[in-house]
Amino acid sequence: MPELTLVEAINLALARAMEEDANVVVLGEDVGVNGGVFRATVGLQQRFGAERVIDTPLAELLISGLCVGMAAQGLRPVGEIQFMGFLYPCIDQLVNHASRLRNRTQGRLSCPMVLRTPHGGGIRAPEHHSESTEAMLAHIPGLRVVMPSSPERAYGLLLASIRDPDPVVFLEPTRIYRAAKGQVEDTGEALPLDVAFVLRKGRDVTLISWGAVVKETLAAADELAAQSIDAEVIDLATLKPYDEETVVASVTKTGRCVIVHEAARTGGFGAEIAALIAERGLTSLLAPIARVTGYDTVMPLPRLEQRYIPSVARIVAATHKVCEFA
Amino acid sequence: MADEGLPVIARFEVHRRSYLAPDGTVLRPLPDFASDMSKLLALYRGMVLTRAFDLKAVSLQRTGRLGTYAVSLGQEAVSVGIASAMREEDVLLPSYRDNGTLLWRGTKMEEILLFWGGDERGNLSSGPAHDFPYCIPVGSQAPQAAGVAYAFKLRKEPRVAVCLFGDGATSKGDVWEAMNFAGVHKLPLLFVANNNQWAISVPLKLQTASQTLAQKAIAAGFIGEQVDGNDVIAVRAAAEEAIAQARAGGGPRLIEALTYRLSDHTTADDAARYRPPEEVQTRWKEEPIARLRAYLVSQKAWGKAQEEELAAECQKEIEAAIERYLASSPRAPETMFDHLYAELPRAYASQRGELSRGSDA
Repeated sequence: MPELTLVEAINLALARAMEEDANVVVLGEDVGVNGGVFRATVGLQQRFGAERVIDTPLAELLISGLCVGMAAQGLRPVGEIQFMGFLYPCIDQLVNHASRLRNRTQGRLSCPMVLRTPHGGGIRAPEHHSESTEAMLAHIPGLRVVMPSSPERAYGLLLASIRDPDPVVFLEPTRIYRAAKGQVEDTGEALPLDVAFVLRKGRDVTLISWGAVVKETLAAADELAAQSIDAEVIDLATLKPYDEETVVASVTKTGRCVIVHEAARTGGFGAEIAALIAERGLTSLLAPIARVTGYDTVMPLPRLEQRYIPSVARIVAATHKVCEFA
Repeated sequence: MADEGLPVIARFEVHRRSYLAPDGTVLRPLPDFASDMSKLLALYRGMVLTRAFDLKAVSLQRTGRLGTYAVSLGQEAVSVGIASAMREEDVLLPSYRDNGTLLWRGTKMEEILLFWGGDERGNLSSGPAHDFPYCIPVGSQAPQAAGVAYAFKLRKEPRVAVCLFGDGATSKGDVWEAMNFAGVHKLPLLFVANNNQWAISVPLKLQTASQTLAQKAIAAGFIGEQVDGNDVIAVRAAAEEAIAQARAGGGPRLIEALTYRLSDHTTADDAARYRPPEEVQTRWKEEPIARLRAYLVSQKAWGKAQEEELAAECQKEIEAAIERYLASSPRAPETMFDHLYAELPRAYASQRGELSRGSDA
């Protein structure tokens, strides 16, 4: 099996989807000749033609609106927004149209589109290039919000997103586009959406995370294991709708929970998970839930970004506190 | 001031189309279809029905039997003229005021009432299944229309997307981004700017300093034409030409239909707050129905008896639709989940259950 980076796995899934289904089109800024600024679409235009791999004008609202119109007509558009900081002009199309076209028309029209965008910081990028505002998207009824944290899951979840009959925002962890490597075979097999992945079994504490920071969460679990703390690690992977059962089952078992996300704390998706556990798992809890998150400030420019992103040390420290609570 | 010695590298023109003067007299030779009196009578009927329906909808709202409603009073020629130039397989992306367009394309009156009466099932629509529902966030349907038209072009289907919006929408980036893309790809797409002069309380002169809305197409690389939007013959002729061109692969067009909103913005608005009644009185002299009627009468194709017969027929049709609307059964509350996703995610099953058990009430 070939070893691929996460961005190569994305590319492989896109090529597979385009090969399988003539209705799949890819559109965005620089996705054609240039193959995308992160090279996620490299080679696709040469292989599938400029009509199906469209270099759009520099207009994000347009990209999302085109996707809605194409999807309503039976195409399977996969739009790329170059960075999450440029996604905001698409919010009108996502909230008012993509997510509710099926409901507004009582099933007469639907919107099987995917909007991909890099997520998060840590690559020393300029201002507005390091956003992690997934909670905003996860608040929108009718949408799916998916975020892989490994090449295997990137491949399987992107295929699932493209084949899904409803709109999906697919957030790609920029920081591990090339750092994450894994064995990916081009089997065409999708992974299930709305399902969380238990990456590591454990008895003592549940660590829940998604996106790039899953890497630090796993590293923290290794460190904790050396200290005889047996952590279970869950990659939530789909934030909307999310897999409540896996979360509740794990916390019921361990009685302790640390939620790790890169986004700012207040109103972050960790708050939703903490509320769920309070509603459905309170009696199992042996300690207060802890959150290790980005701070409630703007993502700083690169000189300070590493101090913003949850570190292994912060995750380990928070887990100690949770485990030592009596 | 630019140096007079500099060369002119581009010149542009905007044409204006009209056939009938406000009093129904003919200004220039009529287009071919107008020699078929049955076509003109159909347009006339479409406009009369739309107006009668709109007025009835307002009275339903005033008596608490309908929610907020957007009347198209005075703009019937735009709605009907555009719809009459479309084929069934073309795709309509309407704005919230295009009641006449929907009626012409087969949406039932009770469906329109059901939607404005607060029930999503109104958007199920008996019109073409591929048509879009009313778009309420102004102008946001324009980039979608470009997506629809792109799909036609990709699949080599001889179909056209028709996108209707108001003068206010032309101030939004959405409309520009869509026109720009449509120009680049020569998409089979007709943009119609229904210029009724008012975006709620904001008059056109505060909307744009552009001499016409039609000229906004020029920057996108295609033809923009201004049409007398109170002359249904002109609207239809312009739309037929634009749609034929688009269907043949000739790319998009923008029609600016110059008309006037004789009503309030919606039933929730009071236009007396911001525009003088004298202005409205003056504009009543230009309205489209009297204009076509005057022409039909001058051609001996129409008279008092037919007028009374048509009015009675429209009333009957509308009353029957209102009865069906008022008799419609309420939606079961849990169905608010039924078309959220193709299949209800298990995470939401318990919320749906709460509604179906009635334990929320």
